[in-house]
Amino acid sequence: MKLDAKTPDGPLEKKWDQHRFDMKLVNPANRRKYRIIVVGSGLAGASAAATLGGLGYNVDCFCFQDSPRRAHSVAAQGGINAAKNYQNDGDSVFRLFYDTVKGGDFRAREANVHRLAEVSTQIIDQCVAQGVPFAREYGGLLDNRSFGGAQVSRTFYARGQTGQQLLLGAYGALSREIERGTVKMHTRVEMLDIVKVDDQARGIITRHLVSGRIARWGADAVVLATGGYGNIFYLSTNAAGCNVTATYRAYKKGALFANPCYTQIHPTCIPVAGEHQSKLTLMSESLRNDGRIWVPKQQGDQRKPREIPEAERDYYLERKYPAFGNLSPRDIASRAAKEVCDEGRGVGPMGRGVYLDFADSIERLGRATIEQRYGNLFDMYEKITGENPYELPMRIYPASHYTMGGLWVDYHLMSTIEGLHVIGEANFSDHGANRLGASALMQGLADGYFILPHTIAHYLASHKFEPVSTDDPAFEDAEREVRAGIQRLLDVNGTRSVDSFHKELGHIMWEYCGMTRNEAGLKKAIGLIRELRAEFWRDVCVTGENEEFNVALEKAGRVADFLEFGEVLCYDALQRAESCGAHFREEFQTSDGEAKRDDENYTYVAAWEFGGIGEEPTLHKEPLEFENVELATRSYK
Amino acid sequence: MNRLVGLFSTSIGRKLMMAVTGVLLLGFLVAHMLGNMIVFQGQDALNAYADWLTGHPMLWIARAHLLAFFALHTYLGVRLATENRIARPTRYQHRTRHQASTPASRYMILTGLVVLAFVAYHLAHFTFGAVDPGYPALVDDQGRHDVYGMIVHGFRQPWIVGTYVVAMLLLGTHLIHGARSLFQTLGLNHESFNVIIRVMTLGLVMLIVLGNISIPLFVYFGLPTH
Amino acid sequence: MNFKLRVWRQKNGTAKGAMVEYDARDISSDMSFLEMLDTVNENLIHEGQEPIAFDHDCREGICGMCSLMINGVAHGPERTTTTCQLHMRKFKDGDKITVEPWRANAFPIIRDLVVDRRALDRIMQAGGYVSVKTGSAPDANSIPVAKEDADAAFEAAECIGCGACVAACPNASATLFVAAKTAQYAHLPQGQPERSKRAINMVEAMDRDGFGSCTNHYECEAACPKGISVRFIAELNRDFLKAAMTTAKFGTLPPLPDFEE
Repeated sequence: MKLDAKTPDGPLEKKWDQHRFDMKLVNPANRRKYRIIVVGSGLAGASAAATLGGLGYNVDCFCFQDSPRRAHSVAAQGGINAAKNYQNDGDSVFRLFYDTVKGGDFRAREANVHRLAEVSTQIIDQCVAQGVPFAREYGGLLDNRSFGGAQVSRTFYARGQTGQQLLLGAYGALSREIERGTVKMHTRVEMLDIVKVDDQARGIITRHLVSGRIARWGADAVVLATGGYGNIFYLSTNAAGCNVTATYRAYKKGALFANPCYTQIHPTCIPVAGEHQSKLTLMSESLRNDGRIWVPKQQGDQRKPREIPEAERDYYLERKYPAFGNLSPRDIASRAAKEVCDEGRGVGPMGRGVYLDFADSIERLGRATIEQRYGNLFDMYEKITGENPYELPMRIYPASHYTMGGLWVDYHLMSTIEGLHVIGEANFSDHGANRLGASALMQGLADGYFILPHTIAHYLASHKFEPVSTDDPAFEDAEREVRAGIQRLLDVNGTRSVDSFHKELGHIMWEYCGMTRNEAGLKKAIGLIRELRAEFWRDVCVTGENEEFNVALEKAGRVADFLEFGEVLCYDALQRAESCGAHFREEFQTSDGEAKRDDENYTYVAAWEFGGIGEEPTLHKEPLEFENVELATRSYK
Repeated sequence: MNRLVGLFSTSIGRKLMMAVTGVLLLGFLVAHMLGNMIVFQGQDALNAYADWLTGHPMLWIARAHLLAFFALHTYLGVRLATENRIARPTRYQHRTRHQASTPASRYMILTGLVVLAFVAYHLAHFTFGAVDPGYPALVDDQGRHDVYGMIVHGFRQPWIVGTYVVAMLLLGTHLIHGARSLFQTLGLNHESFNVIIRVMTLGLVMLIVLGNISIPLFVYFGLPTH
Repeated sequence: MNFKLRVWRQKNGTAKGAMVEYDARDISSDMSFLEMLDTVNENLIHEGQEPIAFDHDCREGICGMCSLMINGVAHGPERTTTTCQLHMRKFKDGDKITVEPWRANAFPIIRDLVVDRRALDRIMQAGGYVSVKTGSAPDANSIPVAKEDADAAFEAAECIGCGACVAACPNASATLFVAAKTAQYAHLPQGQPERSKRAINMVEAMDRDGFGSCTNHYECEAACPKGISVRFIAELNRDFLKAAMTTAKFGTLPPLPDFEE
């Protein structure tokens, strides 16, 4: 299979403009003749469904939550980047483009990233017009902050709830279209398979989570906006329901999965408190602006933090990266925390944690200032841990947060299955090997509001569609498979809960394919995953039946997919014999322990083709060409 | 659709009407209480006032309005209570822990219905003479209807005094939530003024209740009645 | 820690439900309330029983999916905290804990503790937005908004749509939910053109779904995990009154869409 990214020709900054002109259009009167399925209703899905509905297409939108407003985009805290240059501090579309490509460690497609930077400004306009209450200055104009170590202030924010506010904006737009009747919203419905007719994506099979009804839906194009797979680690900052099922089942139907090993670990989360833990909570990265990170110099130091004298503390980020210090990028800060904990210097009950200390800032700025800046975060920390961060230093530890990998898409956001479009975190996206803070919201909305509506029109206008019938044998086969899969889960009748398998898979992935990876570990992980999968099918306990609201069954299907997908992730980490971005292979580091890229051999997108369960998938490579930026080494020393 | 019908068919529309009729009824209560106070100036003053009032050309217009407001207020209240019960057909099994509401707010319909019953009794007592058939015939030495005499006679009986006192206390409970609430309903809620609103409504309600209660108590205990 | 739970179990929307007692043993004080339920469920599955169904998703207090009436208080005893952020250290060892679903005519039970809250979505569809087509927006800084207004809009916009206001309201009213949305837009210039229409349509949508009316108990504000103020209800009332006295029309809600789910 040859991967054609369909990147348009021409100078970088003209590509998207020119291409928008070159693409075909669908006449307004004809749009209502097309039906489009959008799976997922987060930032990408809701914005796409609302925009497509607004243009006049017939849209069916699906989400497994009880309302589109609950999609996990809602939890994003920090902000959204845009190259508005309102602060006149030297920002530009090109600088946002450059920072994103560099931040992604030169593993993203130039043309896509530039397009993202271009439309970023429109996103802010759109959201403000929708009534998103962004932070403002006293003069009434929009406020910006610098985020995630960026040297310009280009991040727009709404306190610590930017994702929520943007999602509610998109949800409002979606609600309007639902009322107008252009979008039909299906909640508590989970997609379990896509249906291909004549090699085109023409529909999906769903299960209604309340009634268990299995249904077939036909359309002219299908859009997946189903988010990332960070929950493969079981413990992550993702919502409990986040899963890989939709994208993984598309992968099994022939869509290629790109760069699954690029999983971002966020450095500032509340550490695990015990085996019971179901979720890790992110504490905004902004805390690192005023907090100092340290661990005791001595191994196994059991003293309380305030009893450890200054001289016996190791402010390791400040020591190792004097230029960036506590503000070092996410991947670097995460690995450094792991390193000190591996040395036995971690703090807290489980020994997996480092201190984030505000004592100096409180002394310097006063408690009131700190309270004003981070009050809500401190309260949240206290709610969860029962400790008062004004008096004791916070304990933090990295946790799985975002996945840069996803289904491979071309410049049109179309996967290798014709008609199957993938947007938002679900595609392998524009972030390369590492995502910069405040860029996820930007990408989700860029795809949904401003890119997909154009490219999908081109797709619809360039093909002739026979009306699709859900009685087509392709639908029958897909439904039969889905039913068989569900029955198989119910028939196991074992003794172990689905969660216990998920937890165990999470342990394997975190241990061998987490913040750092090595060949032996990855190979071991593949073996362990296979064993666990076999045990799952031997011993999982799924109570109840299909025709009811059955939480155990829902979870079982998702965990079964994670148990297969974990292997793909490990294979990808194994083949990428270099360290880049969030992917750190212990064998490939510089003498002082920094990531060592191999641009000569690995400047490509790794896209995997399904080859059967338990079989090694086939690797396809899309070479990445850099014409506008020079590949440099990221250094934060 | 007709605007008034629209207002009537929405919950907030009805609530606004509830507030508006409430304000008007509250105004009546204040006037009524002030009129009652004339009893302390003696028989002549009170009967003269009553005579002036009954002979006033606007009396029946005022009474018709009052009746209409009262009926509307009652209808809306009963409807509200019924609808709100239907809105939660299954109750919680565990006693709900109230964090903000007050008994006054929760028992509005109860206090309202008791006040309704009391008004009926009060009218029967003093206006229609149904409690004591001799009342309408009472006249003073100037030939005026002897309202003063009815009051003095009526409030000599402990159970009547008790009824009036209890009814006034329940009316007070009703009013304390109603008076406060109508500011919120009419959109007047601001942290700078909320304390003032609370103090002033409390003062007004206490004035109405204490003023009204003072009459049966003073009469019963035989304190200054000229 | 150990607890005695009384939990509402109901197989589906039409079945009869009942309170069932469970022991929650060896619970860590660091667990969230939902993790405690996870532990109980894990044991139930071990015993071959069906786990207790409850709604949850983000587990960080922002998605609004979790619910639960805990000992007669929506989202449990800690103020401004969702159930997923409520930790067991707030209870005493040996406590009896009663767990019930949100109860409202507008929130039919789906199973056990899970209720159908789509009525809130239907209210939003009646006007919880600013009508703006994608791509037609002017530059974001072309309309300045006073910081005080932006902040007030934000405070209203913090609503997570969990339905605790309805659950806690003695009248099962959704007025705080409606008011939070109308007030957000009423404080912003972008929200002005549709302000009157929005107030009337959203209230009509609330009534249509069988929520009760507001009688100013203020239990909603106390139960709201985001501490949204009843001041916004006063603002809604004001907007509604103004709308009723000026141009906006009543009774213009389109019929609910009818399609296969």
